[in-house]
Amino acid sequence: MNCRPPLAAVALLSGASLAYEVLLLRLFAIVQWHHFAYLAISVALLGIGAAGTFVTLARRRLVAAFPSSFAAAAAAFALTAVACFAAAERIPFNALELAWNPGEFLGLAAIYLLLLIPFFCAATALCIAYAACGTQVARLYAADVTGAGLGSLALLVMLLALQPADALRAILGCGLLAAAAAAWPAARRMALLLALCGLAFSWLLPTAALQLVPSDYKDLPQALRAKGAHVVAQRSSPLGTVTAVANPLAPLRHAPGLSLNAQALPPEQIGLFIDGQAAGAISRFDGELSAHAHLAELTSALPYRLLERPRVLVLGAGAGGDVLQALLHGARRVDAVELDAQLAALVQEDLAAFSGRPYDLPGVRLHVAEARGFVAASRDGYDLIQVALLDAFGSSAAGLGALSESHLYTVEALGAYLDRLAPDGLLAVTRWAVLPPRDALRLFASAVAALERRGATPAGQSLLMIRSWSTATLLVKNGRFSRSEIEAARAFSRSHAFDMAWFPGIAAEDANVFNVLQRDDFFLGTQALLGSDREKFVADYKFDLTPTSDDRPYFFHFFKWRTLPEFLELRAHGALPPLDWGYPVLVLALLQAMAVSAVLILLPLALGGTRHAFRAAPPELRRRVPAYFLALGLGFMAIEIPFLQRFTLFLAHPVYAAAVVLAAFLVFAGLGARHAAGVSPGVRWPFVAVATLATLYAFALPPLLAAAMALPLAAKILLTILLIAPLAFFLGLPFPLGLAVVAARAEPLLPWAWGINGFASVIAVLLAALLSIHWGQTAVVLIAVCLYVLAAWQFPRERRE
Amino acid sequence: MCCWRRRGYRGLLGACLSLALFVVPAQAQDMAAERQAMVREVAAMAHVVGGGAIEPRVLDALNRVPRHEFVPALLRPFAYDNRPLPIGHGQTISQPYIVAAMTDLLKVGTGETALEIGTGSGYQAAVLAELGVRVFSIEIVEPLAQEAAARLKRLGYAGVATRVGDGYHGWPERAPFDAIVVTAAASHVPPPLVRQLKPGGRMVIPVGSQFLTQQLMVVEKHADGTLTTRQVMPVRFVPLTGGHQ
Repeated sequence: MNCRPPLAAVALLSGASLAYEVLLLRLFAIVQWHHFAYLAISVALLGIGAAGTFVTLARRRLVAAFPSSFAAAAAAFALTAVACFAAAERIPFNALELAWNPGEFLGLAAIYLLLLIPFFCAATALCIAYAACGTQVARLYAADVTGAGLGSLALLVMLLALQPADALRAILGCGLLAAAAAAWPAARRMALLLALCGLAFSWLLPTAALQLVPSDYKDLPQALRAKGAHVVAQRSSPLGTVTAVANPLAPLRHAPGLSLNAQALPPEQIGLFIDGQAAGAISRFDGELSAHAHLAELTSALPYRLLERPRVLVLGAGAGGDVLQALLHGARRVDAVELDAQLAALVQEDLAAFSGRPYDLPGVRLHVAEARGFVAASRDGYDLIQVALLDAFGSSAAGLGALSESHLYTVEALGAYLDRLAPDGLLAVTRWAVLPPRDALRLFASAVAALERRGATPAGQSLLMIRSWSTATLLVKNGRFSRSEIEAARAFSRSHAFDMAWFPGIAAEDANVFNVLQRDDFFLGTQALLGSDREKFVADYKFDLTPTSDDRPYFFHFFKWRTLPEFLELRAHGALPPLDWGYPVLVLALLQAMAVSAVLILLPLALGGTRHAFRAAPPELRRRVPAYFLALGLGFMAIEIPFLQRFTLFLAHPVYAAAVVLAAFLVFAGLGARHAAGVSPGVRWPFVAVATLATLYAFALPPLLAAAMALPLAAKILLTILLIAPLAFFLGLPFPLGLAVVAARAEPLLPWAWGINGFASVIAVLLAALLSIHWGQTAVVLIAVCLYVLAAWQFPRERRE
Repeated sequence: MCCWRRRGYRGLLGACLSLALFVVPAQAQDMAAERQAMVREVAAMAHVVGGGAIEPRVLDALNRVPRHEFVPALLRPFAYDNRPLPIGHGQTISQPYIVAAMTDLLKVGTGETALEIGTGSGYQAAVLAELGVRVFSIEIVEPLAQEAAARLKRLGYAGVATRVGDGYHGWPERAPFDAIVVTAAASHVPPPLVRQLKPGGRMVIPVGSQFLTQQLMVVEKHADGTLTTRQVMPVRFVPLTGGHQ
């Protein structure tokens, strides 16, 4: 069928649906938890593949009604995007209770179904366009991909200016405009009406409909339930929504690792919450440092007992507590690095009267930057680098961060911090002392690896670790600890009822004195990690303690499958010990996605019209179509995701990185797709180009980016775009080339092929995360290369006659 | 219409009352049987998961407190399940096993005083009161505090005094205490609470999510006033296998 492809409508709708996908992750991170968002949305995205199945089955009717069918589906997307989210977040569901109460799975299933609807509608519209305009596949795909790239960029811009829920208005508007654009050639009045509705609805949508309803068990709602609590300031950015809560009746008091012997109380504080989770506190500061004497009684105060008037670098300065701690101890200069500009503005502007503008104090400089990027670009030397305790205890204990990368604690990161230390300077890192010990020991193992990589052996001579019941502070020295320093540290620990976990020359009787554990795994662990049977210890430990690297930056992933049977046995006896939830949730999401995909891919083959069309297709094509589109869907994402992570570290800002990398990938892939229109099908060079470039990048990119880390941001962005452009261009070719062949030789199978690609993309996102946790990002790229080789081999051409 | 409604309402009430006359005693008996089963399960669990045996007098106390009175009406059928349950206001009533383990760790007896930070449903306070302990309990969420106070009064727990407020500063007028229970761990142990603990006294704090079997921290104030903590894992989960164990 020849038709005028609705390019503008496709681009608008594709942009709106990708923006919706990213926005849902933000919204669910606010109302629930990040890992839950991952679970729900990965299932919802299966709606895209399901649309392929639906259009395959109802192809004739939908194509006959084109473009009205497109417009109807696009309008349905716009309306359900808002309605289904509003309904989903109101479903009574408590993710924390899943392991106790099987009834909660009903709520989860209802959320899945609701969120699936908008993606299904958007994808149905797009798939109809492909089915109706089979000869224009290359142009359609170019519009589709470019629209998605621009949509992701637009959303990030919106999140800088709007509250996240308000971005839903724009998505509603764009969806209806896409419907209007599609309807225009056939029904102008209807198109005008749709366009007007788009503008009016997004404007008039009542705020109450977009009200976020967070889980009762998140830290922010809990804090707000206390008598006297109220929100005093709030700021939002793509990094998260920061909320400040004051309570004059029962002021919040945040002092992680405060000594049991502490005499001084923390001053009045305002609690800070990021996406509803506790993220420290702003202390009232009126110029009198003595009011903050409690800061000398935390485990993190240890380095100040060993240094005289140090030059300090605080990484993750947040509300400024570590800065005040440095000043209290007479620091000569403090450089404070904070990633989130909104958080810094909250402290320095919105709550300036309360906070006393700690970053304006003499000797203090605030740098709004990402820690690794700042350290790489800095040429200053420091006597102390303090890595602040950024996350909340609750999320640390529940393993909620297991899926997110952290470039702050990798072996390369610790090496970079040590490079910035003056001779005899100290690196101090404080973590929660979660039981059984996990992050403190992994941090210790990473520090040992970093020291050994620098040739600072024996590593134990440069390490010292203390712990309270709640926190552990590790010191790494650029040099060896002297006897007097060790004595000072021991005296500090004794007077504050802290325990020594490691110092050069430690004996069993020096440990486990004040905060007594049935087995002191901190002491035993540090001993083993410095001993000859380190590898056996790491292998035998029930949590993963392997040092993390920039290639595998999953510091918070501790889960080992071996632990699961024991966990399940305890669960059978009524106990629910802490488990790192992120990873099992990822596996669950993957299994769900694979099961649903398999059913929905195979379903059309069992039903009426499609079964006949499938049988009528050339036999070679029947095998090649699923293999080719499966390989492409998996391969594209398996290349995009690792590079997104690599460039996130390079661009030193998760938001800029996401914007630049996603937009560059999709826009250049769009250009590639346009070029595909003039390429004869069956050529092999796009696959060879993808495989060659991706392999080259897998090995050459890490050293190249490390060398260019200190460049100015504009140059880094330019370099990123230049590097992505050729790879993305070639990545854009294979999909339209294959689809064009299907359109020409077996048209009824086109939506089916499109759907398979959609399913594969969802599975690839989950699989890429899982595999890079285990094997690293380089390995994932190499697997993607193999998939492109497979795709080249399985290109859907007929047997040569 | 209005009259019909009123009549219908009365009729319904009457039917319910007459039904209740027969049902309630049977229900109470069922509840007692369920409670005994729960206590048996808690005692058995302590042996199986490795938390150590729980004193019989603590189990007896658990057996006397009508836990179903402390959970929302809709969740009553699950009141004697050995798991935490939501009680509204973003709070939970702890798993019975954890309540038993905490009470056991406090080592308090008749005539002693205990301070509780976080009344919640009032269940923990009731269990302590059953042991003859005089309990002073503070809750920061006002509606919860009011509900718990009314409930404890209705059930005849005269030995429990409650108030709404900030637990950080404890209850100085009633200090010092033989035992302190803090029902939710904060980033640090509030120094005022440490000061309000008698020498020889104990403070127990569960650490971890309210929907997990939490680890328990015991802060001990020794006779000379020095302080130590002890982490008690109510669930044995040794992190090492093989030769290291």
